[in-house]
Amino acid sequence: MSITRDEVAHLARLSRLALGEEELDHFAAQLDVIIGAVARVQEVTAEDIPPTSHALPLTNVFRPDEERPCLTPEQALSGAPAAEEQRFRVPRILEEDS
Amino acid sequence: MSGELVRRTAAELGELIASGEASAVEVAEAHLDRIAAVDGDVKAFLHVDRELVLEQARKVDARRARGDRLGPLAGVPVAHKDVFTTEDMPTTCGSKILEGWRPPYDATVTARLRAAGLVILGKTNMDEFAMGSSTENSAFGPTHNPWDLTRVPGGSSGGSSAAVAAYEAPLGTGTDTGGSIRQPASVTGIVGCKPTYGGSSRYGVIAFASSLDTPGPFGRTVLDAALLHDAFSGHDPCDSTSIDRPVPPVVEAARRADVAGLRVGVVKEFAGEGYQPGVLARYTEAVELLESLGAKVAEISCPHFTYALPAYYLIAPSECSSNLARFDAMRYGLRVGDDGTRSAEEVMALTRAAGFGAEVKRRIMLGTYALSSGYYDAYYGKAQQVRTLISRDFDAAFEQVDVLVSPTTPTTAFPIGERADDPMAMYLADLCTIPSDLAGNAAISVPCGLAGEDNLPVGLQIMAPVLGDDRVYRVGAAVEKALHDRWGGPLLTEAPEL
Amino acid sequence: MTTTLLPYDEAMAKYEPVLGIETHVELGTTTKMFCGCPTTFGAPPNTQVCPVCLGLPGSLPVTNRAAIEGIIKIGLALNCTIVEWCRFARKNYFYPDMPKNFQISQYDEPLCVDGYLDVEVDGRTYRVEIERVHMEEDTGKSLHIGGRTGRIHGADYSLVDYNRAGIPLVEIVTKPIVATGERAPLVARAYATELRELVRALGVSDVRMEEGSMRCDVNVSLMPRGSAEWGIRTETKNVNSLRSVERAVRHEIERQAAVLDGGDRVTQETRHFHEESGETTSGRSKEEAQDYRYFPEPDLVPLAPEREWVERLRASLPELPAARRARVQAEWGLSDKELQDVVNAGALDLIEETIAAGADPTAARKWWMNELSRHANEQGEELAALPITAEQVARIQAMVVAGELNHKLARQVFEGVLAGEGTPDEVVAAHGLKIVSDAGELEAVVDQVIADNPDAADKVRGGKIAAAGALVGAVMKATRGQADAARARELILKKLTS
Repeated sequence: MSITRDEVAHLARLSRLALGEEELDHFAAQLDVIIGAVARVQEVTAEDIPPTSHALPLTNVFRPDEERPCLTPEQALSGAPAAEEQRFRVPRILEEDS
Repeated sequence: MSGELVRRTAAELGELIASGEASAVEVAEAHLDRIAAVDGDVKAFLHVDRELVLEQARKVDARRARGDRLGPLAGVPVAHKDVFTTEDMPTTCGSKILEGWRPPYDATVTARLRAAGLVILGKTNMDEFAMGSSTENSAFGPTHNPWDLTRVPGGSSGGSSAAVAAYEAPLGTGTDTGGSIRQPASVTGIVGCKPTYGGSSRYGVIAFASSLDTPGPFGRTVLDAALLHDAFSGHDPCDSTSIDRPVPPVVEAARRADVAGLRVGVVKEFAGEGYQPGVLARYTEAVELLESLGAKVAEISCPHFTYALPAYYLIAPSECSSNLARFDAMRYGLRVGDDGTRSAEEVMALTRAAGFGAEVKRRIMLGTYALSSGYYDAYYGKAQQVRTLISRDFDAAFEQVDVLVSPTTPTTAFPIGERADDPMAMYLADLCTIPSDLAGNAAISVPCGLAGEDNLPVGLQIMAPVLGDDRVYRVGAAVEKALHDRWGGPLLTEAPEL
Repeated sequence: MTTTLLPYDEAMAKYEPVLGIETHVELGTTTKMFCGCPTTFGAPPNTQVCPVCLGLPGSLPVTNRAAIEGIIKIGLALNCTIVEWCRFARKNYFYPDMPKNFQISQYDEPLCVDGYLDVEVDGRTYRVEIERVHMEEDTGKSLHIGGRTGRIHGADYSLVDYNRAGIPLVEIVTKPIVATGERAPLVARAYATELRELVRALGVSDVRMEEGSMRCDVNVSLMPRGSAEWGIRTETKNVNSLRSVERAVRHEIERQAAVLDGGDRVTQETRHFHEESGETTSGRSKEEAQDYRYFPEPDLVPLAPEREWVERLRASLPELPAARRARVQAEWGLSDKELQDVVNAGALDLIEETIAAGADPTAARKWWMNELSRHANEQGEELAALPITAEQVARIQAMVVAGELNHKLARQVFEGVLAGEGTPDEVVAAHGLKIVSDAGELEAVVDQVIADNPDAADKVRGGKIAAAGALVGAVMKATRGQADAARARELILKKLTS
């Protein structure tokens, strides 16, 4: 067992996925198998191998500090599930900003 | 005439339109008719707006009438994967969470298709957020393989591969993250290329795994794929990871089509157990063919390639868990459960649970796990080390050979439903394609025959170093030419009539 | 709910505070960190947004070169090492004002490390060590609707404006600040003040705390005197003025001391400072500890600032506040106290400009620190906001030096200019404010005054020179202040004693 159901429930909360009990059971079993399989990467253990985060070794890509056209507020809000006073209307927020 | 037009290659259609032998509108109508006739069975397209298609075609005809010089693909229709944003068409990425979303901007690839005069026929089906190898993960139902409608067309770009294989479009766009262009090309008997990472722009490509996603072309011939590759690739200042260099001369390479004196490495690790015998038979013949064409063939060991799959299934989900966090019901897309009493947090979680399919949820949770404090080093960190080792394997190999070859995918198209709830079995479809995604180098899949067991297409994968895109087209075109000579025409002519 | 506090002196007798300050500075670049949207403060909602800063699917960030130059300047001014290679990282957490639900920031590879900033409190210098300076992006802003006070708790829903999202933000993190004893709140304030001056001098931000372009989070912990083990710390957010920095530290010391005295443990938590009450309250404690799942940002390539570039930026740094103060103190011959007063009054720039316009340092300082400071205080204005320029102050002083105005007349000219009556010369002309310098006219007045004040005149004649003051006063009165007092005194003494 590489991952417990409780851990999967925690992952679901962390990922903002409201999963039902059955779904949790199902995913827990599948993730257990998958994590067991991907853990093979740990067989390659040499400490001195640098990690690769980017496929190519590019550095220092910048743009000049010049204005580009913005969207209109209408375009910006065009996909909004709800809008009010030219702002995105969202349900009440429980937690303070971290 | 219209029946014939859809059988033409993109290169031919471009010439017909440029010379005035056919109008762009005629070509568009022929393809729209074909879509109307067969897409009910194939289900390659999620969205086709006939009037919008004709409007684009009329513009090309008007330009020609004005005396403008048209590019080689002006007026040629293209099937556009629904992963690219389009201002004038919905963009869903195969997900319910984006159903009906109209982006206020065009992807760079979309803009370049338009600039080159290509006529976008519509948006093609795909595995949700490009996660899958079968298009079964689309929220809008699976696409069917034109060779056998009970089978998958590969994925995630299965809508585009099926559309091209079914003569609904001569060209298609795709994105390759773990094999999402090459594997569907392989199982539908067409050509699909993953360019060098950074060779084609990701701006406006709805991200799956940012460090891997690479837009690329589908065509029924190597030359067609090269023409499309050339049309939309090249540096884009809106994508920081885009390479600021000229596009490798892929069209010239596709026309050159010779391998004399070229050193070809056969990847030792990609054969044997787990590979369908018919796939291995066609693959072996293709290697022999290369040798007969004057290539020097050697077996090359890439010992870490077997770790590519586990590394990929840590890196890609990690990145996707972050990339897909933005789908939260606040600014666009689906919102579920907002009854005035629930909090934003609850609405986010309900929406994401309702709007994402099972595979997307699995990968989000897998990636969240791999990045969590306490697990990062053991999973994501190790996977990044494997990524280094794979690049080193490629570097060592390319000191000895000019290109590497392998089967594109271990099996032919599998039946719809067979692997739907068996993620590990599904993941194996990308076994041979993943190393080039991790290393960022160029790779192509070209048809190399039908497997004896099931008469379904088999693909040969050709891999070249970073920015060696022209080399994969050159070798691919040589193989294609020799096989067409042997078969008396393209492999697709063997496909059953729809 | 009332908070128990231990009186400050009592707290200090028992505990030693350890501070840490995290400061966010919004850079004053023309455009945002990763897109070309403008950064103007106070624009109508959602008018300064694009696909990138709205986090729309498919959009990608591209780094603003000017922002990187800004942070490097800050790093250099804080005596930091600018690293040779570093990456951006994604900080993952869900929050509606964060369009992508991750913030592009830096994690274990900040751009600038290991610096310091010296600050002075009551004549003693404290070296505040800087742990790191890193680059990140700002979030949008929410309006909370319904409920009581527009605060987040009890609101019915919220409205989000993303104009601020993506504005470049530099975070400056100190190492633990120790051994400040009872001066801890003052050291914290002095650090914030000095940092603000420094950043303002660099010209990379307007550092307006009231507009949120500089924001401080203050960490405080207490350890019992004599103990070497640090206590549990709290992080107080929303500290939005220099005064609040001092108050927040003081309040946390008193509060934590009371907690510890009561035998309880301090809770490690985020607290919020309230400007009106000067108190901190606990942030909502979260069900689960935050796990930000940082990983290298795949959409941005690493930063590797060339040494030559860094040195060019170093050479371009203006004179920094500490060096400038030392120079000014020597050049103007000021005591520590006088210098401190000038700095606190925000008069340094104004006095320097006045000197540059021709005034001598002593006169320039006296006008700004006396006459004009008094006026500013009465008006409740900043000195710099007064409707008078340094050039005008210098002009008035020039007239004094030339003997055209005495101090009393000069004050009248200041009043006229401040009242908007025009330039110094215009005010002088309009009010006829010229010293009576005509010798005959003055002599006639002196004769009349001597005649009118025989007692005083006799005293002077009798050798009581001091009595001449009354006669000079009478001359000034008779001329409505327009006589040259020194000249009048000279004349009186000449007439009565020779």
